[in-house]
Amino acid sequence: MWDDFVRLAVAKANYWIYIVLMCIGLWGMIVKGNLVKKIIGMNILQTAIILFYVSIASKAGATLPIITHHGPGTDSIQAVGHINPLPHVLMLTAIVVAVATLGVALALAMRIHRDYGTLEEDELLAMMREK
Amino acid sequence: MTPVLSVKPLLAILLALGLPAVLVSSRSANLREAWTFGAAGAMLAVIASMVPAVLGGACLEWTLVSILPGLALQLRVDAFGLLFALVSSSLWIVTTLYSIGYMRGLQEHSQTRYYCFFALSLAAAVGVAFSANLLTLYLFYEMLSFATYPLVTHHQDGEARASGRKYLAYILGASIGLVLPAMLMVHHLAGTLDFTAQGILDGHAGTSQTAALLVMLVFGFAKAGIMPLHAWLPAAMVAPTPVSALLHAVAVVKVGVFSVVRVMSGIFGADFLARLHLGTLVAVVASITIIGASLIALSQDGLKRRLAFSTIGQLSYIVLGAALLSPSGLSGAMLHIAMHAFGKITLFFCAGAIFVATGKKYISEMKGIGWAMPVTMGAFFIGALSVIGLPPCGGFISKWYLLMGTLEADRIALLFVILASSILNAAYFLPIVYQAFFCSPAESRFERRMHEAPRWCVVPPVVTALASVGLFFYPQPFLALARLATGALLGGP
Amino acid sequence: MSVHYPALVVVMPVVAALIIAILAWVHPSRALPVAVAALAAAAGAAAMMLVRVLAHGPFAYHLGGWPPPVGIAYEIDHLNALVLAVMAAVALINLLAVWPQAEQRFAERTVFFYALYLLFCAGTFGILVTGDAFNLFVLLEITSISGYALIGLGRRDAALASLNYVFMGTIGASLYLLGIGYLYLVTGSLNMADMAAILPRIQDSRVVTAAFIICMTGLFMKMALFPLHGWLPNAYSQAAGPVCSLIAPLTTKTMIYVMVRIGLYVFSPQFTFGRLDLARAMVWLAVMAIVFGSLTALAQTNLRRMLCYVVVAEVGYMVGGFWLGTRTAMTGAILHIVNDAAMTLCVFLVVGTIGHQLKSDTFDTLRGAFRRMPWTMAVMVVAGLSLIGVPPTCGFFSKWYLLGGALAAGHWGLAGALVFSSLVNTLLFFRIFEIAYFEPVNTGNYGHAAPLRYAEAPPAMLAPMIAAAMGLIVLGLLTGEIVTRLIAPAIPAAIP
Repeated sequence: MWDDFVRLAVAKANYWIYIVLMCIGLWGMIVKGNLVKKIIGMNILQTAIILFYVSIASKAGATLPIITHHGPGTDSIQAVGHINPLPHVLMLTAIVVAVATLGVALALAMRIHRDYGTLEEDELLAMMREK
Repeated sequence: MTPVLSVKPLLAILLALGLPAVLVSSRSANLREAWTFGAAGAMLAVIASMVPAVLGGACLEWTLVSILPGLALQLRVDAFGLLFALVSSSLWIVTTLYSIGYMRGLQEHSQTRYYCFFALSLAAAVGVAFSANLLTLYLFYEMLSFATYPLVTHHQDGEARASGRKYLAYILGASIGLVLPAMLMVHHLAGTLDFTAQGILDGHAGTSQTAALLVMLVFGFAKAGIMPLHAWLPAAMVAPTPVSALLHAVAVVKVGVFSVVRVMSGIFGADFLARLHLGTLVAVVASITIIGASLIALSQDGLKRRLAFSTIGQLSYIVLGAALLSPSGLSGAMLHIAMHAFGKITLFFCAGAIFVATGKKYISEMKGIGWAMPVTMGAFFIGALSVIGLPPCGGFISKWYLLMGTLEADRIALLFVILASSILNAAYFLPIVYQAFFCSPAESRFERRMHEAPRWCVVPPVVTALASVGLFFYPQPFLALARLATGALLGGP
Repeated sequence: MSVHYPALVVVMPVVAALIIAILAWVHPSRALPVAVAALAAAAGAAAMMLVRVLAHGPFAYHLGGWPPPVGIAYEIDHLNALVLAVMAAVALINLLAVWPQAEQRFAERTVFFYALYLLFCAGTFGILVTGDAFNLFVLLEITSISGYALIGLGRRDAALASLNYVFMGTIGASLYLLGIGYLYLVTGSLNMADMAAILPRIQDSRVVTAAFIICMTGLFMKMALFPLHGWLPNAYSQAAGPVCSLIAPLTTKTMIYVMVRIGLYVFSPQFTFGRLDLARAMVWLAVMAIVFGSLTALAQTNLRRMLCYVVVAEVGYMVGGFWLGTRTAMTGAILHIVNDAAMTLCVFLVVGTIGHQLKSDTFDTLRGAFRRMPWTMAVMVVAGLSLIGVPPTCGFFSKWYLLGGALAAGHWGLAGALVFSSLVNTLLFFRIFEIAYFEPVNTGNYGHAAPLRYAEAPPAMLAPMIAAAMGLIVLGLLTGEIVTRLIAPAIPAAIP
């Protein structure tokens, strides 16, 4: 029983890690009252998914996907020997998206701080209700 | 019936539909009213020009646009539709005349808006008359609901607002809540919505399904004022009198009963309903409305309210006639659309004339008024006779056919319903006339001196009253159209 | 040139946005013509693609000449050609209608408004044409991020509303990305057509099921399906008028398009509607969305917030129609994407105009509005009738199919909810009309009676608005054509 669990945990370690990270991110976004902490939670969530993508590219015993031998007369390329480059490329885009989202979120947070002088959600809501 | 392609039905509708554009741009009141007369006259001419063809056995068709696969916005003129269109458009001219006297006499505001929406309402009413399928009918029916809202609420005060609410709640609530789902069910079951002589549901729906659909459609067309969905009509009496006269005695309410009759004959089919004994169901509902409305009318002191309840009762005559599913009953129902229209519009015109001349709205205040307004009250008397159904007025003919219909259908109970209701009609109309003329000078609220309403408020009721009498002696072409329509719907002579 | 239309639709607005960003320093006044030209070109290209699809059927465009599944393909078929043409027209009409308002409201920041506007449009159009699941994610985020920024341009409270939208939107997009990741894991492809070919062979896999659920959940958040709709009313009601009338018609409807695309063309209809009994639950969720949206709308006293809840209810219409999984209901759902985009544009344009001319959008401001703004209110009446579902406006016909589908499928819950929502919409709009028609114009404070000031919008704003209202009727009359020539071929034959 215990052995099974350990084997499962080790074999699927990447999934466990991304799920735990994702939960931390979601928890931060839902529970924290401070807007910057929420933004950090959001970023953790996005990073968790990026890690998931990167992790599924790996293969046992594979190397970097840099092809040194090509052209006629050489050995054919063994895909098994290289990790999958595509998820990495996709994640470059996803990172850019995440950065842009972060930028917009922080800009909004700055504007809120400038207008209201606080970033605590409950205080903000109280101020809005009073108005 | 041979279908003939003709643009005339569309033309008739467009004449009224396009009128607002002209009215909004015309600056002076005289010009505006001249345009309205022009359009109304042209519309009547176009509609009347279709009579010979239809009496010759043709039906005129025009497809506007194929709006859904297998379902087009289509106009078709048959005898029944033509009869109704003829009544509405001829009375529109008289009402316009009356509107001029009434609206100017009371110096009402927003008269351009009033004439615009009046024209739209007429376009919609004629559209309903000429609809070839249930979808087209629904389109014009809803258009009528919305076009009459600004007319009902013309005074824009608190009372108008409350009445407008009630009006929409009943009319739209029923049409969206009942007619729309029922229409979709019919389309789902039968695959079409075209009105045909035999109906389209036969063989596609079971008894309980048909009964449910019938109930949804009969009550859904709440403009027919079948109890318990009648309460909007007395409320709508806050409208200016010409609106009550043309719309709430003729166009709107008759659109309701027209739709009910059309659906019963064109969607369900007389044979199918007779086989399932569903005609009885509708007949019972209509009988309750007839008696109930007449009893309530007895207790009303507001003249327009009394007329409204009288209208509710009379509308159910038409539904009852159709529910008899017998040739004379159906002819009587169709004739009653015309005969009641001429009679009731006279009564409303008179009520309005009294209001313009004296400001009186309540029957108890009208003692002795016959000496002050003899012409108006004379017209009122003739209108009342017609609605009661006494000779020499048109109402007698339609009631005669209705009574014949009950005998043909072998339903003596319904014969007594109609007779009882006629007595009640007399009981709530004749005292008004009696008190107007025969009261002691001490009781009279008026000086014995002529004080009639402005000329254009008095001429129209006289015209319609004379027309009512005329229809007794010369009921053509309505009789011919009604007989033709009955023949087409029941397959008999 | 004509072969490049699919790319042009996306590239033109992006390039124009860059040009405008540069122009901001030199010729801020030139920004508007550039923006209009770019959107007009995109709308023109969309129209040409619609014509081509009608004449020759679906076609594909390979970005950079790389054939799929290696490269990204833009696939134009009947479904997205239709939606794209309408959305492009909506974006163009809205820009034409709101620019005078935007220039007054945003002053020197208007240039950025135009740039963000174009980026938002580029993203939306891209989502509609792309045939690549990951590309869709990127375009989705381009749309969302420019949307967050646009909403942030609004009044003081807009920043917080926008930030909440950022959180919800990001969770939604991340879930979508995660789902696509799982799909990639089992199919090894990101091209939708390619995935669709592989998935039927492995549809018993639990990974596929997980991917489906995660993906759809993400989309539900983005489309504001009850109970995940929380962000929408705040974000839309705090946004500036010109922004609102862009985002409200496009965002939720685009997301519903994506749901249809993924549900029918990536997963097979058998999988989407057959597996898991998810479909039944979804229809009931849609019923709840309709009822909740309608009832909450009734409780509002602010015009814009009321309409936001109407949007929530309308999302329920389309979701319900889609998950019924019958041909009639699906036709209704797809038709409603188009019609609802047009109707939402119309009502939000009116509300934006009222808000701009009368400086407020509470119900009280509306007193005497029929006198003060007759044309604007006429557009409101048409849009209101369409939302109620009165023929011949387009709203009636999509309701016709949705209600017909629900009745044919024997789903009384959905049929009842649709009728209920129509009745509530009647109440909502006639309450507004009553206030605008019956009540006297607000007399000013301190006993100074405000005269009945004519406050109609200038013709430059009115003309596009009236065009949009006419569009509702034209769309309605064209229903037959749209259904037989575009929607019928777009629905897979596997749907009964």
